[in-house]
Amino acid sequence: MINKQEVQHIAKLARLGLTPKEVAQFQKELSKILDYIEKLKEVDISKVEPTSHSIRVENIMRIDESKKEKIEIGKKLVEMAPEKKGGFLKTKSIIKLPFTEAQMKKRASPSSPN
Amino acid sequence: MELTDLTISKTHQGLIKKEFSALELCKAYLEKIKEKDKEIFAFLTVIEDLALSQAKKVDDMISTGRKIPLLGGIPCAIKDIILVEDVKCTAGSRILENYIAPYDATVIKKLKGENCVILGKTNLDEFAMGSSTENSAFFPTKNPHDLKRVPGGTSGGSAAAVAADECVYALGSDTGGSIRQPSSFCGVVGLKPTYGAVSRYGLIAHASSFDQIGPMTKTIEDCEIVFDAIKGRDEMDSTSEEPKLKVKSEKLKVNELKIGVPKEYFTMPTGRQVKGIDPGVEKVIKQAIKKYEEMGAKVEEISLPHTEYALPCYYIIVPSEASANLARYDGIKYGHSETRNPKSEIRNLLDVYLKSREEGFGNEVRRRIMLGTYALSAGYYEAYYLRAQKVRTLVKEDFDKAFRNVDVIFTPASPTPAFKLGEKIDDPLTMYLSDIFTISVNLAGLPALSLPCGKVDNLPIGLQIIGKPFEESKILEIGKIFEKNL
Repeated sequence: MINKQEVQHIAKLARLGLTPKEVAQFQKELSKILDYIEKLKEVDISKVEPTSHSIRVENIMRIDESKKEKIEIGKKLVEMAPEKKGGFLKTKSIIKLPFTEAQMKKRASPSSPN
Repeated sequence: MELTDLTISKTHQGLIKKEFSALELCKAYLEKIKEKDKEIFAFLTVIEDLALSQAKKVDDMISTGRKIPLLGGIPCAIKDIILVEDVKCTAGSRILENYIAPYDATVIKKLKGENCVILGKTNLDEFAMGSSTENSAFFPTKNPHDLKRVPGGTSGGSAAAVAADECVYALGSDTGGSIRQPSSFCGVVGLKPTYGAVSRYGLIAHASSFDQIGPMTKTIEDCEIVFDAIKGRDEMDSTSEEPKLKVKSEKLKVNELKIGVPKEYFTMPTGRQVKGIDPGVEKVIKQAIKKYEEMGAKVEEISLPHTEYALPCYYIIVPSEASANLARYDGIKYGHSETRNPKSEIRNLLDVYLKSREEGFGNEVRRRIMLGTYALSAGYYEAYYLRAQKVRTLVKEDFDKAFRNVDVIFTPASPTPAFKLGEKIDDPLTMYLSDIFTISVNLAGLPALSLPCGKVDNLPIGLQIIGKPFEESKILEIGKIFEKNL
């Protein structure tokens, strides 16, 4: 059984917004699935190695060189972004700046004393 | 005989003998889609202009006396989770509702190299999570054999399109049965290749150590043709490999064949069984097995003792991989973003993630992301994820041991025929159980075929033929034996 706080915690880790009604619904559904998964505890795994790939995979090496892609590809990819500016993707700020955008511009301009 | 009834090689013959043109053929299929898809809903996007221009190119080749490849001019449908350059690719999700694929998947590049004609993109459960195509964010697809029933999933659109003659063949993808179960429900041939036999480049990722692209066709011969066209090592997918040499049909003798039938898949008096096989399905599958026996094959009861743990094991590992893969949908790079919604109250970066993903993902996708995040989170990793990976080893070893004594394994592809729309959608766990016969194969990475072998109450039933790694051609040859003697 998973409680409501856990559901909210997991949702935040997974970056999923949930309404209060959905929290209750997910709590019920996830608990039922997790109960079913408890079945795995019946299996003796003390001498078993984990499998991450069914077919044996090895590291594959290649020369580390830049690939020539057409300039349009880059444009096409940027074009898909919901918000962009001057060929870059635009996001909400990640680090809170000590000054405003206008102040930043002023500091960066050549006329500034620095 | 209608144009839309023909197999790949018959259609090819018609084209090179100039009985009909590629354009006529393409138009016949587009017409069929217009007529039939009103009730089937197999397609999310029909790309008429592209299809017609591809067909015209093939006609030009034929008229100038050039040789066309076997798949040249043959109209096909592609599951809408495989990228076709400049065509919308939604993965059945609102979050990619307006996403235009910037490049071709390797399988599409290969098919285009054969001058294929792509009619459109087919419906699926959102991000290939589900078993009935009802989890599509857009609309459910109907089973052509009974419109009140589901086509199976997640490649339900592809299966229904092939069954309704809306295309000659289709591509699907299979993470836990998503090619084989809908093929069984719709009465078509579906192959899940060995993990690594077909490049995954350009397949929108669900669970990367499971996903495989495969053909869905009307006959085994068609299945073989499409598989040969799409398989092989690709430098864009480091897990892809060159499959082994072909088994020549004259080399395969049915009286030298040893077929294993796992007792856990049937209601036999001994052993622990997985729940829920329909008695009608069991009867049809046993009759099919008997047919092989009558033709001289040796049938042996085998045991895959960890079968009952495959499903819980799968529902730890697959959501874990999915939760990592789906982290890329962040409302910043591409896809649905709440920053574009003037009514949304977004204050910071976290809100962009939370709101975009809340609005963009449907319930099943969110449920699985939550499940995977939980299994991978601090304090639970060993109890869930690591334990499941160890159980995966045991499931795989069951098959390794069984294949020391038998050439192939026969099981039903699904415990039931197609179920009714709405029957299981409200109970996620019941829906998961409908994949119980296909999931082990993905845990072990093996190739498996679903072959129509009979009907229960007029609904098709698929026989699952499981082979050793990279023995696709062998299981296809074994399937042909049944098809020929039908």
